[in-house]
Amino acid sequence: MIDIASLKAELASQISTAHDLKSLDDLRVSALGKKGKITGLMSALGQMDPEERKAKGQALNELKNEIAALIAKQESALKRQEMDGRLANETIDITLSPRPERKGRIHPISQTIDELVTIFGSMGFTVAEGPDIEDDWHNFTALNFPPGHPAREMQDTFFLPDDTSEKGERAKKVLRTHTSPVQIRYMSANKPPIKIVCFGRTYRSDYDMTHTPMFHQMECLYIGKDVNMGHLKGCLTDFVQAFFGIDDLPVRFRPSFFPFTEPSAEVDIGYIKKGDGIQLGKAKDSEEQRWLEILGSGMVHPNVLKNCGIDPEEYQGFAFGMGLERATMLKYGIPDLRTFFESDVRWLEHYGFDPLNRPNTATKG
Amino acid sequence: MKFTLSWLKRHLDTSASLEEICAKLTAIGLEVEAVEDKAKLYAPFKVAYVESAEKHPDADKLKLCKVKTEKGIIQVVCGAPNAHTGMKGIFAPEGSVIPNTGDVLKKGMIRGVESQGMLVSEREMNLSDEHKGIIEVDDKFAIGTPLAEVLGLNDATIEINLTPNRIDAAGVRGIARDLAAAGLGNLKPLDDKPVKAAGKSPIAVSIEDKDGCPLFLGRYISDVKNGPSPQWMQDLLKSVGLRPISALVDITNFMSLDACRPLHVFDADKIKGNIKVRQTKKGETLEGLNDKTYTLQDGAVGICDDSGVTALGGIVGGVPTGCTEETVNVFVEAAYFNPVRISRTGRDMQIDSDARYRFERGVDPEFTVAGMEIATKLILEICGGRASEVVTAGAMPKWQRSIDYDPSWFASYIGADVAPDVQKKILETLGFEISGGKTWQIQPPSWRSDVEAKQDIAEEIIRIHGFEHIPSLSVRSEAPVADAAETQTLSRVRRARNALAARGLDECVTWSFMGREQALAFNDNKSLEALTLKNPISSDLDVMRPSILPNLIAAAGYNHDRGQSDVALCEVGPAFKSVKPEGQAIVAAGIRAGNDSARHWAGPVRGTDAYDAKADAFAALEACGAPSTSAQITRDAPSYYHPGRSGVLRLGPNVLAYFGEIHPAILDEMGIKTSVSGFEVFLQNIPESKKKGTEKSLLKIEPLQAVSRDFAFMVDAKVNAEDIVKAAKSADKNLITDAYIFDVYTGKGVEPGKKSVAFAVTIQPREKSLTDAELEEISRKIVGAVIAKTGGTLRS
Repeated sequence: MIDIASLKAELASQISTAHDLKSLDDLRVSALGKKGKITGLMSALGQMDPEERKAKGQALNELKNEIAALIAKQESALKRQEMDGRLANETIDITLSPRPERKGRIHPISQTIDELVTIFGSMGFTVAEGPDIEDDWHNFTALNFPPGHPAREMQDTFFLPDDTSEKGERAKKVLRTHTSPVQIRYMSANKPPIKIVCFGRTYRSDYDMTHTPMFHQMECLYIGKDVNMGHLKGCLTDFVQAFFGIDDLPVRFRPSFFPFTEPSAEVDIGYIKKGDGIQLGKAKDSEEQRWLEILGSGMVHPNVLKNCGIDPEEYQGFAFGMGLERATMLKYGIPDLRTFFESDVRWLEHYGFDPLNRPNTATKG
Repeated sequence: MKFTLSWLKRHLDTSASLEEICAKLTAIGLEVEAVEDKAKLYAPFKVAYVESAEKHPDADKLKLCKVKTEKGIIQVVCGAPNAHTGMKGIFAPEGSVIPNTGDVLKKGMIRGVESQGMLVSEREMNLSDEHKGIIEVDDKFAIGTPLAEVLGLNDATIEINLTPNRIDAAGVRGIARDLAAAGLGNLKPLDDKPVKAAGKSPIAVSIEDKDGCPLFLGRYISDVKNGPSPQWMQDLLKSVGLRPISALVDITNFMSLDACRPLHVFDADKIKGNIKVRQTKKGETLEGLNDKTYTLQDGAVGICDDSGVTALGGIVGGVPTGCTEETVNVFVEAAYFNPVRISRTGRDMQIDSDARYRFERGVDPEFTVAGMEIATKLILEICGGRASEVVTAGAMPKWQRSIDYDPSWFASYIGADVAPDVQKKILETLGFEISGGKTWQIQPPSWRSDVEAKQDIAEEIIRIHGFEHIPSLSVRSEAPVADAAETQTLSRVRRARNALAARGLDECVTWSFMGREQALAFNDNKSLEALTLKNPISSDLDVMRPSILPNLIAAAGYNHDRGQSDVALCEVGPAFKSVKPEGQAIVAAGIRAGNDSARHWAGPVRGTDAYDAKADAFAALEACGAPSTSAQITRDAPSYYHPGRSGVLRLGPNVLAYFGEIHPAILDEMGIKTSVSGFEVFLQNIPESKKKGTEKSLLKIEPLQAVSRDFAFMVDAKVNAEDIVKAAKSADKNLITDAYIFDVYTGKGVEPGKKSVAFAVTIQPREKSLTDAELEEISRKIVGAVIAKTGGTLRS
């Protein structure tokens, strides 16, 4: 009778030294196969008496299970060894760049518009729109620029041929010199309370370092029964501080003149000189507080309200307008206005914004 | 408007500093644009005496000067030919900053000789372009006299940005009046007592054009001497940039700047007959004092004598009747002109003058009389002579008006409380006259034609009281959550833009106008006359764009020329069909030029084509909620697209988009070297979604696995892929959930005019699994449907 213990030792030694899956499988067949050693011993159990069979049978079963487990373990080890060998030859150059994917960017002006919609939306303003090609009535006369008024000449207007299907001032076509005609269109079509903001292209015949013949403006209008100049100040202060992301950004109101507002105010924001550049914000003790003009504002002129069919004795309110390029340049440190319109992809990719990361009221700056 | 501190103090009794004055000016609406303190700028430069000027030992053109300054004798090397012994010049010491260059002057060695400063030229001091020689100073100035004093510029100049409503501040006195009202001193009384006058003017005045010139005062002054004006007047004029000319001219300039009262002085001996104010007639001429000769049109205000037009009233005088050094007898004009008429003539004739600037904005009519007296007094003082009585034509225009004003209304408009007595004091200091009880009747002063309504009154009060007193009141929405701010159009603009940028297109903003030739090519060569600017900034920006594409294609060229040939660009903005509001379409357009990426190790690069443009168009449409899957595709894109490689996406007659390759002829014309594909999505043509509410349709996920079957057909090359897909799907509308083409092949093995198209069909068993026989039956139906639709044959 073969000694189970020595058989186990022999098989265990052979399994542990099996160096590939083939020889391991041969071992499995020679031990556990139909003609295998353990199988042979187990088939001999039948001739034994019950007592012996029980004792031997249990020992053989244990042996069989142990050997099977050893083989499985060795097989797993050999497979892993084989895989390790393969992986050692599968090294890639991880410094290579991944496959290229195009990343488009949002133009800074659009970014600013999105930010402003978010800010003014949260203050309860809704967006209004108007055409780029305006007529003399909406662009000038209704806004209290009477014909021949010198203030008209302050705006270098682009003119288009008359629209022969219209009469008088409505036939005279111009490219809007400001977004203010949207006020007229909206007030003529809607009853107060009115709380709107509008954005758009505007045009003036001027082209140099700091002027382009096309630029963008924002216009804000709030008309109600008791909207006063304090609301104008509050709205503007909240807006510029939110837009520039500076909580204590100083805001200064200065008397000025626009035909369509009375009183009128220009609005400056505070900055400090830093080397050759500027830094928006409040001056500390030792620094000189300087001021930068960013927008024009005022209480809507009673003539403008009348021109839109609104009774100035019943309703009043404020309006303001701002150039978007300048605000964008200030906020994002873009040095040259003209580059906004050159479509140079190097500029767009540098100063542009991620289309998947759009402004919302929860983010700041 | 430019003036000096000492000029201001002629009218304002104040102890305020320059800084305080400037801060207050800005605070009350007279925004200070620039302050130039010449005394400070020129402080280091002082009069010095050249004791000797000898030839430099080693240089012919240089001189070695011993210069006596207030700090002793200093050696200076000087290259100026006019440097000579015994002269007085202006010495710049070491360490001073030369105004012209901004450089700090250092001790130098010039040809081996030390130079410890320099004698300066006018150019170095920014006084003129003169640089041939150094400044020579009159011997009367003592050594050490500051340059600013020598020049009569020992005075700070202040420049304010005058808004068009505040013409009263186009005179120094008006500025002083505002400052006094704002508490910065007291306005000095003005001496406008009538001068001693005797006799009638030999020149009579009549007004025919009473609309253009309601009031004309004239005065004859005999036996004047028109020499130089006195130093104080010359200094004031020079410090604001005016060149002194002669006493008579300087006096009129001074009156204009000092009191905002433009005047004209004729040489009375050159006037033929009497003065008549009438409308000019077409063809009349005037040789203007601005050295230009004008051929006049009908309807300007002409100051005429028997020989014709001698001056354009309120705009420019004429040379033939102008004063010269020889002038002996003068005729002084002080008139009031209609601002609208002056503005129209000035604009039509393109004449900018100080007089026009003031008259067209409305000078003080009442001051016409005082202005005449003050000017006469100056002439008599400076030029001598005898004044006649004033000859008056016309009458004072009515400028008085009364504005009802309730002081308690102020707070409801401005948001700040200002006590009625404070309001009253401000208004009265500004010259307003107040009467009445609870409601005031306010008469604005004659110099404030801009004040018309109670809102103007409120502005006067708050600008003087101080804008800083206006409180900041919140306008935050009263609703707990603000309404959606965007319009449908703006929302689509934003979504389309984000979708396109997310697909790799860089967003551009390009001009709304372009060159006519290019615009025509993108308008199917239809006329763009109505959209052509009358005054374009340049000929290549003269037409409102009918399409955004040419600008983006040009941008691709711009980038190509800068080494960036593979670009993807988009723009969302206007395109114009007419000048009417509805003629402006909002378009999302884009192009892809060159390859879809730079060359790469991982595989070959792919050229971009019409299918990229199609995908971009679909992306923009889908982002805007368009039912793009139900859109029809037709082949009738505009002529600027490739005729065979372009399409139109439409919903019935409604065009949603064009897409395709840009016509190569157009690219050639524009000098573009790569192929370009593009698209235009018309955002306003997308129908509004009919769906109400926010719920999505219920999704049913089938428990049974779907089966996929592949088919390949040989079809005519003209057969549309979409027809094959539709036919396949129609074979069993319940079980077939998808069909898509995965291969299209022409070439070897396929006869010319044919193509092999392979597609896969997804079959979704519903309640139970499908048997082989059932699948076989569906396949048979698919084959039958495709053959019936396309006339093709199944490939085995």
